[in-house]
Amino acid sequence: MSTIVYIPRDSSALSVGAEKVANAISQEAAKRGIAVTIVRNGSRGLYWLETMVEVSTDKGRVAYGPVKAADVSGLFKADFLNTEAASAKAHRLNLGLTEELAWLKQQQRLTFARVGITDPVSLEDYLAHDGYQGLKNALELSAADIVKTVTDSGLRGRGGAAFPTGIKWNTVLGCAADQKYIVCNADEGDSGTYSDRMIMENDPYVLIEGMTIAGIAVGATQGYIYLRSEYPHALVVLNEAIAKAEQAGYLGDNILGSSYGFNLEVRRAAGAYVCGEETSLLESLEGKRGLVRFKPPLPAIEGLFGKPTVVNNVISLATVPIILHKGAQYYADYGMGRSRGTLPIQLAGNIKQGGLVELAFGITLRELLYDYGGGSASGRPIKAVQVGGPLGAFLPESQFDTPLDYEAFSAIWAVLGHGGIVAFDDTVDMAKMARYAFEFCAIESCGKCTPCRIGSTRGVEVMDKIIAGTDRVKNIKLVRDLSDTMLNGSLCALGGMTPYPVLSAINHFPADFNIKDAAV
Amino acid sequence: MQDTFIDQASVQAGWTEKLDQLIAHYKSLPGALLPLLHAIQDELSYIPESAYPKIARALSLSVAEVHGVVSFYHHFKTHKPGRHVLQICRAESCQAMGSEGLEAHAKQCLSIDYHQTSQDQAITLEPVYCLGNCALSPAVMMDEEIFGRVSKADLEALIHDAKKAEAQV
Ligand SMILES: NC(=O)c1ccc[n+]([C@@H]2O[C@H](COP(=O)([O-])OP(=O)(O)OC[C@H]3O[C@@H](n4cnc5c(N)ncnc54)[C@H](O)[C@@H]3O)[C@@H](O)[C@H]2O)c1
Ligand SMILES: Cc1cc2nc3c(=O)[nH]c(=O)nc-3n(C[C@H](O)[C@H](O)[C@H](O)COP(=O)(O)O)c2cc1C
Ligand code: SF4
Ligand code: FES
Repeated sequence: MSTIVYIPRDSSALSVGAEKVANAISQEAAKRGIAVTIVRNGSRGLYWLETMVEVSTDKGRVAYGPVKAADVSGLFKADFLNTEAASAKAHRLNLGLTEELAWLKQQQRLTFARVGITDPVSLEDYLAHDGYQGLKNALELSAADIVKTVTDSGLRGRGGAAFPTGIKWNTVLGCAADQKYIVCNADEGDSGTYSDRMIMENDPYVLIEGMTIAGIAVGATQGYIYLRSEYPHALVVLNEAIAKAEQAGYLGDNILGSSYGFNLEVRRAAGAYVCGEETSLLESLEGKRGLVRFKPPLPAIEGLFGKPTVVNNVISLATVPIILHKGAQYYADYGMGRSRGTLPIQLAGNIKQGGLVELAFGITLRELLYDYGGGSASGRPIKAVQVGGPLGAFLPESQFDTPLDYEAFSAIWAVLGHGGIVAFDDTVDMAKMARYAFEFCAIESCGKCTPCRIGSTRGVEVMDKIIAGTDRVKNIKLVRDLSDTMLNGSLCALGGMTPYPVLSAINHFPADFNIKDAAV
Repeated sequence: MQDTFIDQASVQAGWTEKLDQLIAHYKSLPGALLPLLHAIQDELSYIPESAYPKIARALSLSVAEVHGVVSFYHHFKTHKPGRHVLQICRAESCQAMGSEGLEAHAKQCLSIDYHQTSQDQAITLEPVYCLGNCALSPAVMMDEEIFGRVSKADLEALIHDAKKAEAQV
């Protein structure tokens, strides 16, 4: 009998040698005349343990990790496929049953329920793990009731702005038009975030299902996934999954024999951060430069090619199937305050145990950094964390007890954004980080408004003076004035939020700017 | 607009026909320009300026508009890059794990700065802002292959392999 061995095809796992491990295992098995069936699954998101190899047993999967290609012959010598063997149990890479790993077991994986478990491109696998249950229910409901279910679940935009998804859909539903669109924002530009990538590479059908439900709900028959060009692996997986879904009647003109039609296409972005901003994205999809549009009109009313358009983040859309499957209340029962449900949190930067943690809102940063993250990778104290990408504030240790909740973060002038948490140890120089925030804004500015275009370049120059020690007090005041102008005068959040990392760095870490306190 | 010599695309036999095919294939797509530009770059590894007039005509745009779009996006290249493109992530998560050291090391090993190509035409060096590999920072990408937890020695080996592979051709 052939033993099933799972080896991830997720690009982060590939980045530390998963392909080599898979090749080594199949070669070693062939050499020894042992029958193995290798399944390329997704990653469970315990990235410090990649490449994680799992062996299927009647008690569940037994994990080994982090496995390098050089470990493979030793694993065979220890009879690792026979997980009951004493030598297999004693192997230094044996992690025991995957599902019993505390890091995973304590999570509340709703959106990520299947990630790492299934073969991403197998539609059969998807169906066998509750796939397309949400769509089946949606087909029984009126459009208004689908929208109401999403509204009642409390789901808010996971791209970062946290606008209620159901309310956005309702605006599109209410527009009469000959054509409407569903656009998935898969530009995931924020540093420290990779949950969109994980969904697309590791459970693409959940995104396809979510977009199909969105189409049925608002009356849109065409969908686009705007995918950043830095994700070539996701492109391959998405295209394969879309083709299979079409063949099986889950996409196309009569979805599952109903009167609803929905077609889906992946469009590659071209490496501009600002094209993650929804109106810039729409310009780009139309084949133009990604210049930000004035709002109003909202995309919900005049979006792609001037038609009513739902623009949603990957995670927002991928969360819709479970809400339609299990009900609004099931989802809304998780969370705190006005932040309902779960957030796929991404631990990154200088962290020992980086990876994907999906939990109900309400957990604190400290728990995430130490209980899940295990502290810094370098072993030095964590000095600062940046939450919510390059436009998010830096938080000092004294704010680590803040719960993950949109409102709690606003209250301390910070943002949760897309749920990325980047840790820095005490070797970080916050003045350099502030300079980088301006530099990034200058590189990525679409150039449409002056506060952002000019302000960011000026910001870099002034930060250079501060770092060089020239007229510090005067120049810090200049940075504050500049930040004010950008905050109040920018057309979009690229210019408008760059002051978050800049000012939080000055306010919380004045010593790095060689000033005694932030009052300067 | 006449592009005379230095149009490296004309070196590739059959390019004119290929371009016509690509244009015919993408022309009627809504928002065809980006997919078409991607297809051209996939084929040639850059977008030759000599292709702009044809693209413009097919999509009812001006040459200036095509130029504006190509130059807006960091991903599109207007000059032929080296045989490999090495992208080093400069974003925050990778900075927290020492990407600055990697950048300096790559520049030194290749004796070039960003957006330049090594003298042997083997490697073009580009910055990138996040590869979605932030749990395994620092990260780099060689062509379409991604690498995580990259040390200076790993980077050197990558560069060495890329150069060696070419030397054998
Ligand atoms: N995920 C990433 O990689 C990334 C990168 C940069 C920024 N961001 C985030 O983006 C956020 C800013 O985004 P934004 O400028 O789109 O925010 P926004 O507040 O302008 O809009 C949020 C969403 O709600 C919609 N909306 C607002 N009112 C509506 C109504 N009445 N009816 C229907 N729809 C309505 C908007 O069209 C938009 O889709 C920042 O907070 C930041 O966290 C995310
Ligand atoms: C500069 C900038 C970049 C953005 N990048 C992204 C992105 O990469 N992904 C994303 O989902 N939203 C991004 N957003 C937010 C989008 O404009 C928009 O709010 C979001 O796609 C709506 O989807 P949601 O409601 O599901 O979150 C960005 C916003 C700005 C200002
Ligand atoms: S703030 Fe910057 S990116 Fe946004 S519209 Fe203005 S110039 Fe463009
Ligand atoms: S910041 Fe470098 S991979 Fe994300």
